[in-house]
Amino acid sequence: MTHTLPERPATADEAQPLLAVEGLTKHFPVTSGVLLRRTLGQVKAVNGVSFSLRRGETLGLVGETGCGKSTTGRMLAGFLPPTAGRMSFAGSELTGASQRDRRRLSRDIQMVFQDPYSSLNPRHTVGSIIAAPFRYQRISPPDGIKATVQRLLEQVGLSPEHYNRYPHEFSGGQRQRICIARAIALQPQLIIADEPVSALDVSIQAQIVNLLDDLKAEHGLTYVFIAHDLAVVRHIADRVAVMYLGRIVELASSDLLYSNPRHPYTTALLSAAPIPDPKAAGRSRIRLQGEAPSPLNVPPGCPFQTRCWKAQDICRSTEPPLAGSDPAHMVACHFPEGDAKAASESGITADQPHAAGELALG
Amino acid sequence: MATGQATAATAFLEVSDLRVSFPTPDGVVQAVDGVSFTLERGQTLGIVGESGSGKSVTSLAIMGLHSRRACNLAGTIRLAGEDLLAASPRRVRDLRGRRMAMIYQDPLSALHPYYSVGWQIAEAYRAKNTASRKSAWDRAVEMLDRVGIPQPDRRAHDYPHQLSGGMRQRAVIAMALSCDPELIIADEPTTALDVTVQAQILELIKDVQAESGTSVIIITHDLGVVAKVAERIAVMYAGRIVESGSVDRVFESPQHPYTWGLLASMPRLDRDRRDRLTAIPGSPPSLVDVPGGCPFHPRCPHVGATGGLCVTSRPPLHDTGQDHWTACHLDDAVRSLIFSEEVKPSL
Repeated sequence: MTHTLPERPATADEAQPLLAVEGLTKHFPVTSGVLLRRTLGQVKAVNGVSFSLRRGETLGLVGETGCGKSTTGRMLAGFLPPTAGRMSFAGSELTGASQRDRRRLSRDIQMVFQDPYSSLNPRHTVGSIIAAPFRYQRISPPDGIKATVQRLLEQVGLSPEHYNRYPHEFSGGQRQRICIARAIALQPQLIIADEPVSALDVSIQAQIVNLLDDLKAEHGLTYVFIAHDLAVVRHIADRVAVMYLGRIVELASSDLLYSNPRHPYTTALLSAAPIPDPKAAGRSRIRLQGEAPSPLNVPPGCPFQTRCWKAQDICRSTEPPLAGSDPAHMVACHFPEGDAKAASESGITADQPHAAGELALG
Repeated sequence: MATGQATAATAFLEVSDLRVSFPTPDGVVQAVDGVSFTLERGQTLGIVGESGSGKSVTSLAIMGLHSRRACNLAGTIRLAGEDLLAASPRRVRDLRGRRMAMIYQDPLSALHPYYSVGWQIAEAYRAKNTASRKSAWDRAVEMLDRVGIPQPDRRAHDYPHQLSGGMRQRAVIAMALSCDPELIIADEPTTALDVTVQAQILELIKDVQAESGTSVIIITHDLGVVAKVAERIAVMYAGRIVESGSVDRVFESPQHPYTWGLLASMPRLDRDRRDRLTAIPGSPPSLVDVPGGCPFHPRCPHVGATGGLCVTSRPPLHDTGQDHWTACHLDDAVRSLIFSEEVKPSL
């Protein structure tokens, strides 16, 4: 049995978020033993992540290694079942959906991976790689698969003659274009891009970022863009969620987050980003010591308290919720930057966070 | 064609007309094609380029780590006057570690998983110095302390897998420093690390250099890293240096269209957000088949301005004034005009 691509209901409820995530959690048990399996602990990769995404919006997920940004992306794409929490897409529940429903939904949610070398099967031709989504979904496009695939190749800036070539004949940037063509083949609504440009050379990164921008404008796509490069995320995202140890510590519109970061971790992250200007080298930098704790051993209270220069007793005992008077700028911190009231109550000089950072840790 | 002060007699490291090629079944890969530069004592040189630009191959050639059977080396590399390419393998081996040391990109594969980091550092030290096991171990602990590892006497017993990524890279740096080298080559030392840890490691390299007056070559694809730690910069493309000079000058008024392209294609936190990034069209050439003339000409927007010269003849690296070198056929005056009118506003 074959289907054609369903017509998209054009006036799908604009007010409703396309994607809503609530309390999303993923714990991986660490076990030992073969016959008598014992659970030694839990790797708390993602710990209660909540956000929603409007149609046509790009959400950037940033954070360092082990912060749970990729795990979040994989749960959204349906590759990993969450331990707890709910995800709904365009009004239908993703968590607990049957295999069959999930497969149908995967037409609308597609993923682009970081490494374009390992995400293409070297034994398949480009044509067969890009046609795979049609085969799996048993969809026959109106012009036939070959013509459709060739049109997709053109859309991503490749030539239709590449149809019969193999992945090894392409450079990294071209391979990433093939991956993107495969992701947009079924005209999905949401694309989850997990570090799509970080394996590419600087001059190629811009090409792929521009391609993603163009495709978004053309097809009205919604992106979850996962990356560690703060500058790329600022360029592409409308809203940014900063993650640390499996939690969102700050969620704000891109403009607000970069101009007025409120979580100490965000300020530290921004001040550590290398700037291609030798004159900027002398700018005050928050010298964060050490590295993030292992998600196997999440500290009590605020996850950032072990490295934070503002940490007080309350930070070590109570986890701050993601909140804020402005819904466009939420922060999970007891003593956020630019909050004079909280700072004066605790006797911290929030005005000079940099000096405070150097003093406490330098 | 030397960059820098071109004081051949006194330069600490002088590389001139270095060529490295690898014969492969697909043809000869000309990985480095006539690279020349000098490095003074205590100076930091940043070599920037994309994958396949020859930056790592250059550094391995300086360290004498290319197999003579697998590749062809030509040109000269002089370290304090001594030609390393003409020296015996035994002599190069003696110099390596003692006078020059290397920090690699991936600390996990640069460390042996079976031995504790202290043991590995002590081994490196004993290989080059006559020292008892005890004093070599003490040296290892001292080095771990110097690179900022807390409780170095305890951490020296740790195996690489017990350390975090940043700590491993510190251990690798400790090993490189153990014999007080005069030249350190760091090949993408922070690429595998997170941004907050990267900042720590770059500060460490700067501190170490300031303390000991070591010369440093830092190889990276990240212009931000170079701006942070280096005094001089060399931009490589397809096995050649296309631009070099002091970091201040090259970032202030870059001269080569490739450098313009690199700077314009990066989204920057210190600038306003742009609607669209300016990408360099095409992709870097295959080193089996480097385009004739200027290797950048197929991707260069200004190729038409020289009446075909870019396609037919290779531009020499020349001084445009104030020790700022570039390999581009555009007339210096024309290039300055293009930069100030077209390129600079878009950066």
